[in-house]
Amino acid sequence: MKPTQHKFFEFRPLQPIHPRFKWVLGLLFFIVFIAGWAIFTLGGFVSPTFLASPMAMLEEGYLLFTEYNFIHDIGMTVMRVLVGFILACLVAVPLGIAMGTFKFVEAFLEPFVSFCRYLPASAFIPLLILWAGVDEKQKILVIFIGSVFQIILMVSVIVGNARKDLVEAAYTLGARSKGIVHRVILPGAAPEIAEILRLVLGWAWTYVIVAELIGASSGIGHMITNSQSLLNTGQIIFGIITIGIIGLISDFAFKAVNRRLFAWSNL
Amino acid sequence: MSQLEIQNISRVFPGKKGTQTQALTPINFNVNENDFVTILGPSGCGKSTMLRIIAGLDHPTTGQVLLDGKRITGPGADRGMVFQSYTLFPWLTVEQNICFGLREKGMSAAEQKERSSYFINRVGLKGFEQHFPKQLSGGMQQRTAIARALANDPKILLLDEPFGALDNQTRLLMQELLLGIWESAQKTVLFVTHDIDESIFMANRIAVFSARPGRIKTEIKVNLPHPRHYTVKTTPEFMELKAVLTEEIRAEAIAAEQR
Repeated sequence: MKPTQHKFFEFRPLQPIHPRFKWVLGLLFFIVFIAGWAIFTLGGFVSPTFLASPMAMLEEGYLLFTEYNFIHDIGMTVMRVLVGFILACLVAVPLGIAMGTFKFVEAFLEPFVSFCRYLPASAFIPLLILWAGVDEKQKILVIFIGSVFQIILMVSVIVGNARKDLVEAAYTLGARSKGIVHRVILPGAAPEIAEILRLVLGWAWTYVIVAELIGASSGIGHMITNSQSLLNTGQIIFGIITIGIIGLISDFAFKAVNRRLFAWSNL
Repeated sequence: MSQLEIQNISRVFPGKKGTQTQALTPINFNVNENDFVTILGPSGCGKSTMLRIIAGLDHPTTGQVLLDGKRITGPGADRGMVFQSYTLFPWLTVEQNICFGLREKGMSAAEQKERSSYFINRVGLKGFEQHFPKQLSGGMQQRTAIARALANDPKILLLDEPFGALDNQTRLLMQELLLGIWESAQKTVLFVTHDIDESIFMANRIAVFSARPGRIKTEIKVNLPHPRHYTVKTTPEFMELKAVLTEEIRAEAIAAEQR
């Protein structure tokens, strides 16, 4: 029998493509996108006031680091996201587990949490400024509010979907309630919980920027509002791309840790 | 006195709009210590329900089950169970799965290791101790499940169509393996199946279930000598039993179809 060969390209539904070709295609779109951007800006189709060219953007980015201590802004933003997100996890994961495990806890909390989930975190900013001022507390609270209800609900759903057959098997092996929770429900739910934390961390990045657009004196969001008043579109775009790159890095790191911790679930 | 006494067990499942499904009509049945009993019946006849009630995973509507004279009120380590679906804990290795119940009992690590390695050898999984369930074939997973249940040293082993999901060849080998373990270790076994050959080959006694609502229609003793070799399946005695059971089960299967 001939070994299966990946053709470089074949116009057939669901036909897998060569892994290297996949890379090339993915990269190609970035190049097309940047080229299009360059043509529009450098070719004079749009005024530099509204959109900086890729080169101008890079130049502004360089200046941000060398002249404006941009690394400090990045540090502040990362710190806010991490503190807010970790606090949300510390509150939400145990609550979600309790809700998923015990139906009376679920009945007690689920309607309220479901309601809170639809409250937009950014709409709380004026209130939070009133309550917590314009310092770090307020920004961290925005991220906390934006993440905590989502995590609670998603964790409780995951935990509630624990495999009943495994729970029954554990009972016939002599496990009691405590053993069922600690040795069956939690290890079974852990990989999925880690996955939803990764997802919510991605959302936290968008909350932090919103929080920083209003009443901040540092951070990537603050830099973006400043640049807006100076009509420096190069800096704005550089700031946006920075957020994207940081988000991507944290996502990859999270994924790598999950894969290591829960190797069994990817077998 | 019988080790397991099933007294007037019935089970009614409430259905939609107040309808009720009678899964089991009152059943009386006893199992002696170290007996190997198979429960044979068409699918949906309530035989699994009875096993789950004995395991303590379901409650009877009427009646009670006594194990060594004590009433069963919930699941416990004294009744080991092997399920038809694969119920190994996917995050634990073969060895850790087998040690699950032992750890729950608070057994020392050294003792756990010793017991698990004995049973790993017994079910022929030496070399696979550190494998995860997903890395094993269906047959190997069920062998691990049997080892896991036996390592706990239950008074009675309950098996709910444990080989039902396996291919036929693997299934035959698993039957020989389990029978071999029973012949050497002596243990009370209750084995639910819908496979006639399987029910004869393994059992000292076969309880034939009727179609739903389930009840025990007949009990048949199997007097084939032990140790049993797979070749017993072609002997005239075996064939005779098979002919009788085929008639019994056929009538019930037809009844189940026409319900």
